[in-house]
Amino acid sequence: MLGKLTWAAIPLDQPLPLYAMGVVGIVILVVLGIVTQKGWWPYLWREWLTSVDHKRIGVMYFILGLVMLLRGYTDAIMMRSQQAIAIDGAQGYLPPDHYNQIFSSHGTIMIFFVAMPFVIGLMNFVVPLQLGVRDVAFPVLNSVSFWLSASGALLINVSLVIGSFARTGWMGYPPLSELAFSPDQGVDYYLWVLQISGIGTLMAGINMVTTILKLRAPGMTYFRMPIFCWSALTSSILMVVAFPILTATFAMLLLDRYVGMHFFTNDAGGNMMMYVNLFWAWGHPEVYILILPAFGVFSEVIATFSGKPLFSYRSMVLALLAICVLSFMVWLHHFFTMGASADVNAFFGIMSMIIGVPTGVKVFNWLFTMFQGRIVFRTPVLFSIGFMVTFVIGGMTGVLLAVPPVDFVLHNSVFLVAHFHNVIIGGVLFGALAGYNYWFPKAFGFTLDERWGNASFWCWLVGFYLAFLPLYVLGMMGMTRRLQHISDPSWRPLLLVAELGAIVVCLAIVCQIVQLYVSIRTRESRRDLTGDPWNGRTLEWATSSPPPAYNFAVMPRVETIDAFWEMKRRGLAAVEPAYEAVELPRNSPTAFVIAFFAVVTGFALIWQIWWAAIPSLLAILVTVLVFGWSENRQREIPANEMARMERARRGFGRPA
Amino acid sequence: MDGVDHPYDRSPGVEQQESTANFLSYTVGLGFAVLLTIASFVVSQTNLLWAPGIPVGLIVLAFAQIGVHLVFFLHLGSGADHTNNILALGFGLLIVFLVIAGSCWIIADLTANMMPMSGNASH
Amino acid sequence: MSATIDTVDTELVPGRGGGGPAPTRTVVAYGFWLFIVSDIVMFSGLFAAYAVLSGRIADGPAGSELFDLRRVFIETMCLLLSSYTCGLGALSAERRQPSRFLILSCFTFALGAAFLFIEISEFVGMVSRGAGPSRSAFLSAFFTLVGMHGAHVTAGLLWLTYMVAQVVAKGLRPHVLRRLLCFSLFWHALDIIWIGVITVVYLMGAR
Repeated sequence: MLGKLTWAAIPLDQPLPLYAMGVVGIVILVVLGIVTQKGWWPYLWREWLTSVDHKRIGVMYFILGLVMLLRGYTDAIMMRSQQAIAIDGAQGYLPPDHYNQIFSSHGTIMIFFVAMPFVIGLMNFVVPLQLGVRDVAFPVLNSVSFWLSASGALLINVSLVIGSFARTGWMGYPPLSELAFSPDQGVDYYLWVLQISGIGTLMAGINMVTTILKLRAPGMTYFRMPIFCWSALTSSILMVVAFPILTATFAMLLLDRYVGMHFFTNDAGGNMMMYVNLFWAWGHPEVYILILPAFGVFSEVIATFSGKPLFSYRSMVLALLAICVLSFMVWLHHFFTMGASADVNAFFGIMSMIIGVPTGVKVFNWLFTMFQGRIVFRTPVLFSIGFMVTFVIGGMTGVLLAVPPVDFVLHNSVFLVAHFHNVIIGGVLFGALAGYNYWFPKAFGFTLDERWGNASFWCWLVGFYLAFLPLYVLGMMGMTRRLQHISDPSWRPLLLVAELGAIVVCLAIVCQIVQLYVSIRTRESRRDLTGDPWNGRTLEWATSSPPPAYNFAVMPRVETIDAFWEMKRRGLAAVEPAYEAVELPRNSPTAFVIAFFAVVTGFALIWQIWWAAIPSLLAILVTVLVFGWSENRQREIPANEMARMERARRGFGRPA
Repeated sequence: MDGVDHPYDRSPGVEQQESTANFLSYTVGLGFAVLLTIASFVVSQTNLLWAPGIPVGLIVLAFAQIGVHLVFFLHLGSGADHTNNILALGFGLLIVFLVIAGSCWIIADLTANMMPMSGNASH
Repeated sequence: MSATIDTVDTELVPGRGGGGPAPTRTVVAYGFWLFIVSDIVMFSGLFAAYAVLSGRIADGPAGSELFDLRRVFIETMCLLLSSYTCGLGALSAERRQPSRFLILSCFTFALGAAFLFIEISEFVGMVSRGAGPSRSAFLSAFFTLVGMHGAHVTAGLLWLTYMVAQVVAKGLRPHVLRRLLCFSLFWHALDIIWIGVITVVYLMGAR
């Protein structure tokens, strides 16, 4: 009746996931209860859930990332603890079946539901403001993108309590991920969750590229764009051309599993190496999708807090473009050991080294930007400096792994695990947190507490090094990744240090939660009244904090790079502009409705409940058609209303 | 944002001003496309082309026909206003080339290094 | 915020360089063009899989035994002509000639449907002869690549129907015209992908 769904899908014999879901369930109910009791639903529905404003959507993406960080971190500490305990005779507390699901979901969640939302959220919030325009190119599509990501996040959490998750690792290699060896729903959860959120990401990429190339304030030529917009552009270009490869690859695996095709099976001519090949043809550009916006954040932060323009803007742009192109020429380095001959391995090994060069250029440029600047050591700067040291180490281990013979020894060891955590935490996470601290006042009108921010930074830094430096050593001692049980007791000391590191990271996360709580409680003392708390250089600081829905009453006329800095240098004129009526897109429930049916469709497809899947899919189609038929999607703010709102806003400290 | 199509920034598929030139564009394009299609079928099924060169010939004809579509049906030109469109397509085609050629090269190399199979699976 | 506003230089053109935001039509068409580029990359994944798996017939039938090139030629002509009528339809729409547009759209639909009919009958024939997609890796790749294209054609026909309904109900207004522009980009791109399909799958495979 319900496809493959039976009561056996609920893991009544495994206490841990049930407790976890129980706790999560209680938290959700409490939150929903508070919202209901305080009567916030109309506000939430009107201002957030149906919003098509890029600022709101950006904040929601970031919140999604923060919430999923908790789940991803929980997976991490469970793995670390298992590895610290289950050494030699001890068996630990996680059976292999469960452990395998945890490392699979850890990777999947951290990449797709923490790092991507952080990065897309920052781009969403900041780019239109920096470009001096009112919103992205396709605001409703933007909200659909977010809500599809949220649908995927919801479904992957459902896998905790209904059925199980994939046991294949976050990459899902066949033949293990084929039906013959993963007969239950775990791999289906993985595939459908990522297909759904992948559509969202693709559309977000299309939206961002179109916005940056076609919607900029008058006078903003390409080389007057803020560097963050260049990094957003290159990252989004990669999203547009890389994600379809993943879509095709997962479609083929789904066809193998659902219809009995033979793309990657052991028999009838399937070639499982093709999966690995195509997966990484997507997978390598994906890591650049994550890191390029982080580079952009650091460029903005370092320039602003050094009080100097970014050193060699043009070479920074060229480096971004070079990385964009080169990222598609290195992917075989993820499977040097799959048996290619020397010339193939050598080509990709050399390309993998070459791709380190533009990043090196960027690091030097950041250093030169800071040189002889008047550096203000706020939290974003701490993250930037921490990034520069940490990421360089991670990059160097990457170049080391790019040498095929070295990789033959270290492939799939924890050395590799240490390397990619090094670059992702040191690069993407630090960038996200730097951006979070930097742009928080713009989004909410008050700065974050500095002390707790610094505390979280130091905990992240120390925690990261404690957790992952031992893994470099262990990798060279021969420890492979994803071990549920450690048979060599001489590894114990290092594993205990790693466990300590994971606990320090927990402290870092606690510090961040405390930072947010304290900041909200004491927000009146840290109000941003001018809109420009950091003496910024780019146009987002020319708006109030938070900006009005329309961002700019009149689009700024840009004449130089660092447009706002130039405006301040010349002294902002007190001449009141001629206000014109402004058109803004109306809110729309379309995205929320589509996301709702996407969850139903995904769940139904996973459990093969066809009588639910097909109508639900049709409901999505109908929603799209209904939206397509709608008129009156814009609302107009008349000129006198604009004038009134802007005059009320006047007193935020512009020189008269 | 106005509803007027500014003449300087052309999107693919948007026609030029001349109406007869447009009808001509589509019809000439159709003519070329039909000829190229027939040519590829002929090349594939007869011995007109030296046999080992047939795959190359087919690919050349395919590219020619794709070019006909891009120019005559999608009005993609070389003007400055088309730069973004050409760049997007060009980058996409680069990726397509890397994915297909790269995959073929890699898998062929991997397959060559496989141990000899006994019986069923591949040829 | 009270920045001064000056007049925009006449050399600065909307959407290019420093001219300010582009007109909506350009923005929509460019965004859709990016979607088409992404779709082409998605097909390239399937093409790559086909290229790699086309020889792995697992004791099953190969392309040369299965493909009927006369039907493929007819299919190709149908799709090509439907691209032509679609282009002429787009012209009529731009010139605000709704009745001509509707007639040409009917031709586009009919030719597209004919293409689909031939393709589906080919698939059914192959399955009934035991050459279904689960027979071998080659057949999996074939059915998926060609079938994915057919699925796009189907979606295009549904979209065309929806667009005709919009034109009838709302007339050829700017936002309807923008969507027609997107539809014709889509339809032409499908023909371009079909050229790839016949070259790689049928013409090379039938030898």
